[in-house]
Formats: sequence, structure tokens, C-alpha cells
Amino acid sequence: MTSLIIRAKELLENKTVQVVIGYEAGPTGVARPAFITDPAKAESLIYDERCVQNLAVYLTKREVKNIGKMAIVATLPVMRSIMMLISEQQLFADNIVVLGISADGKLLDIADNKVMQGYIEKSDLSNPEKYKGLLTEFNKLSPEEKFLYWQKELSKCIKCYACRQACPMCYCTRCTVEVNQPQWIPVKANTHGNMEWHILRAMHLAGRCISCGECGRACPVGIPCHLLTMHLTDQVYNYFKVYAGTSEKMSSVLSTYEPNDKESFII
Amino acid sequence: METTRKLIRKQSLEKLYNILSTTRKVYAPVIASDKQVEYKYNPAFTDVTFDHIRSTLSVKNVVFPKVENLFYYTNKQTESTITDIDLNKIQDVVLWGAHPCDNAAFDTLRSIFCWDITDEFFAKRLEKLVVIGFSCHLSDEYCFCTSVGLTPNSTKGSDILLSRLKNGDYHAEILTEKGNAIVSISPELFESVTNEEAEITSVKQKFNHEQVTAKLATAFENPFWVANSLRCIGCGACAYVCPTCACFDIQDEASGKEGKRYRSWDSCGFGLFTLHTSGHNPRNVQSQRWRQRIMHKFSYMPERNNSLGCVGCGRCSSGCPVDMNIAEQLEALQNI
Repeated sequence: MTSLIIRAKELLENKTVQVVIGYEAGPTGVARPAFITDPAKAESLIYDERCVQNLAVYLTKREVKNIGKMAIVATLPVMRSIMMLISEQQLFADNIVVLGISADGKLLDIADNKVMQGYIEKSDLSNPEKYKGLLTEFNKLSPEEKFLYWQKELSKCIKCYACRQACPMCYCTRCTVEVNQPQWIPVKANTHGNMEWHILRAMHLAGRCISCGECGRACPVGIPCHLLTMHLTDQVYNYFKVYAGTSEKMSSVLSTYEPNDKESFII
Repeated sequence: METTRKLIRKQSLEKLYNILSTTRKVYAPVIASDKQVEYKYNPAFTDVTFDHIRSTLSVKNVVFPKVENLFYYTNKQTESTITDIDLNKIQDVVLWGAHPCDNAAFDTLRSIFCWDITDEFFAKRLEKLVVIGFSCHLSDEYCFCTSVGLTPNSTKGSDILLSRLKNGDYHAEILTEKGNAIVSISPELFESVTNEEAEITSVKQKFNHEQVTAKLATAFENPFWVANSLRCIGCGACAYVCPTCACFDIQDEASGKEGKRYRSWDSCGFGLFTLHTSGHNPRNVQSQRWRQRIMHKFSYMPERNNSLGCVGCGRCSSGCPVDMNIAEQLEALQNI
């Protein structure tokens, strides 16, 4: 993508940023994150349908931040992640340059966060089309069927925590599962412990998940754990008419009380 | 034991499988979804796959389960009673259909678990295991067994190794007494060997592991590690799908006055892995953890265990969500 390469080169040459986080093709043809610090190497940047990873996960990573000011190739989920990270005080808006990519793969001119906010607001923020069918099917199941489904799926979990590590919103330096005094969640990867882990993860992301699907994509054993958070995204929207990651001043919907909040769930 | 060579007809293979799976636990690969191949106990022969490149997880859990209870305890005032696990209850298992890389990994695991003190749990499970391996007639760009001293038809770790012929029959190499015992269950299924050639895939050698080991001796402070691990997100997927990764965590799980101690898989990729109680972490950034992973397999293990910590199955790379391709990195390390 020539316009992206030109822009990345320019940002590195005039030292606006010290690193451009984008995608490159690995030796097997898989697209993977690239951290370009040398303008001459900007040529290796790619953007096509293979580039699906949510790169925002690197914005809070110490060794990446150490390089200096960052520019990031940002599709809609990445932009929404950035908004969430700013709103949760994990990122300074002034510290990054956003190389926005439109839904049809064109480089956007995102001059500042106001422009980015405008772009996000006029985009479709509901769950991605490819998962909607599955979510609808899933909602037709009875609670017992749902339980059995997840019991079966989550019994496969090996607790590698790829779902957590791939998620830009899971930035805690010490996750609840790593606390052992008291130990909230069993360490072992049996069905019971796995269910506790995934339910906890989903609940921590309710109202914060920006529906990128990265957790499910990262899972090496193919558990569709993104359906849990995406389902909660639908629930939060139904109750509060809010989607996560739309502005840098957004307060977390489930930890904020508004007098006009629906309370229909209270029996 | 001297290797004997036999022929198993296509129909006889099914008979052998059915005899085994009706009399003992047989752990065999099945296609679980379009991207996942899982091992299951005693699946129907028609469900067993013979055309997979690699299962999603390795088969190490037959000797090193992801969770293993070590003992139970009860506390009564000042007295504690410990109940050991009865290792004699561990059942015989026939591992069916695993590839040479996975089977070679049992030797690697033995070099860790039986290094100084024999790990009774591991040793018992290995003793009870019979491996009927299958040579590879398929491979992909992630395979690199030939770079770590193995081949798609290495016999290491197998009790019987089967290699498919063009007509669908199999050559069987009977390699151990355990293999012989399988043959003696139904000797009529094993016929005289023919001259037909087995279909063996070819796997390109990507690096020379001895040169890599030599390079690593002076590469500890090399900027290579930071530059090549920025994209690593620090999950444990590589370690958990790996057939030779053997690190585990030990935990107590108590309920009132009773409890048990168990061990479960752990990974050096996690930040918590080396975190000290003081708060100090000797590997406090991901590049140090990635270095540890490669150093352990290609430098420390050759030095201390006299075995390479990698069998070239490629799972860590194909299963990595951010394409940390180990063969690519080792090739680059060889040339730094």
C-alpha cells in the first residue's frame, strides 16, 4: 500500500515518530506485526485482507513504548481500542500518530483524535457481520444448552492466556488469575477452572470490548471465546445504548451510575 | 533389539486398530474441525485421521498431563495425613498415529524428567505407553524436523513405525520389545515385507542446529532478542502446544481440612514465571523470556541434558497468534 509506506517513511524521516507499528508478511505468507524504526524499511509494510490482528495491544507494551513516539496502522477496532485506552488513562493521546485505514482498505487522514472520533461515530459499531449469525443462533439456545456448549468448548482450554495477551483491553500488569493470596481462580486448566477464567474475563470486558475478535483468533485450540464478549457487547448496547471506544472521555458504562439507567434486571 | 520389517495390508491395519482399541486404551488423532486435529481415546477407526500434518496439541499429555494430582492430604488438629497417588493404577496406553517428531519428543522429555531424580509420575506413564508411530507423507512450511537431526521417518521414540505405501498398505518397523508384544497379539496381520517404497514427504533443512548452538554461546546480549520479539504478546501458546516443553507449576487446592497438591503446565513466556516474592523479576521484559525459550532448547539442554530441546514439529510457529516463527529466527541466529 504505497500511500501508507510514503506516510510511514515521512513520519520516521522527519522524526515525528520513532516507530511505526504496522503489518508485514512473514516467511509463510502470514501477515504479522512489524515495528519499523528505519525509514528505509518502511517498504516492507503491507495492508491487505490478511492484516487482521488488533495492533493496539502493543501501545501499552513496555519494550515498544521504550522505542519512543509511536505511529500505528489502525483499522476501526484499533481506533476504538485507542479511544478506550485513552479513556482508561493507559495512553496519552499526544503520544501516538494514527494511520487510519478505512473499511475498504484506504489510508485515512486522521489529523487528531477529534477526526478519529468523528470517523468512529459514523461507522457501524455493532459486532462484525461474520459473527452476527453465530450470535443469533447462540441466543436461541436454552440456558442448559448454552452451559453444555461452553462446558464442551472450555474443556479444551489449556490456560495459555493467548486470549488475554492478544486483547488490547487486558492491559493489567498483574491479572486476577495471577494473584494467589487469595487465589480467586484455580491455576489448573480443568473444565471448572477454565469456565471460571473465561467468565471472569468476559465480565471484565463487558462494556469495554470493542468487538475485534482478537481473543478468539489468538486461541490456539479454537475456542470461540470472542462470542462471550461480543454477546455482552450486544447486552450492554441493549440496556444502555452505548458501544465501547467511541470517545476519549467515555466513562465505563458498567462502573458508572446514571439516574436514568434501566433497572429492569432487578427483580 | 534388532529391527524387524513387516508388511501390514490396509485391511489388516483396521483389524489391528480394532483389536487394540477393544482391549486397551488407544489414543488416536481425529479431525475435530477444519483447523483442529485432536487426540481422543478409542475413537472409531473410521474417525481416525491418517492425513493430518500436525495435531493442534502435541501428545505429551499422555506422559505429562496438563493437570496431574501429586498427593492428597487431610489435617486433623496437629496431625497431617498424606495419601500418595497409586501409580499402579496408571493404565496401559497405545499411542496411535503420532508422527516421528512427536515420538522423538518422549526421549527429550525423559532427558528432563529423569535427568537427576526420576519423576515417578512421568516414568510410570512412559513405561505404560506403547507408541505406534506413523511416518509423514505430508508436511508444510512450518515443519523443520530435518533441521534438528530428525527425518519424517525417524524411528526414535516409536515402538512400531508404520510408513504408508502407494497402494495404501504399510511397512512396519518393529523396533522394541513393546512393539513385538503388539505384533504377538495378532501375528497373522504382519506379513513379509515387499520391495515397494514408502511415501515419505521431504522436509527442507532450514538451519544447522549445531551451528545455532555454537552461536548461542555468545549471543546472550545480542540486540537480536529485542528486535525479534517485539511482536511476542507473552502468552503460553508456544509452550503448551510444544511436545518438549516440560515446565510445570505446583499448587495446593484446599477445601476445609482436606486438599490436594497438583502440578499443571507452566510457560517461561509468562511474566509471572520468574517473578520473585521480593518483587524483583530477573526476566522482566518479553525479549528476555523469548531468549530464555530459545536458549533453553538450543543451548542449555544440549549442554546439560545432552539432548536438543526441539523436534521441529512447527506447532509453536503455526499456533502462534503473532507468527513468532522459530525456524526463521534460528536460521537468522545462525547467521548473526
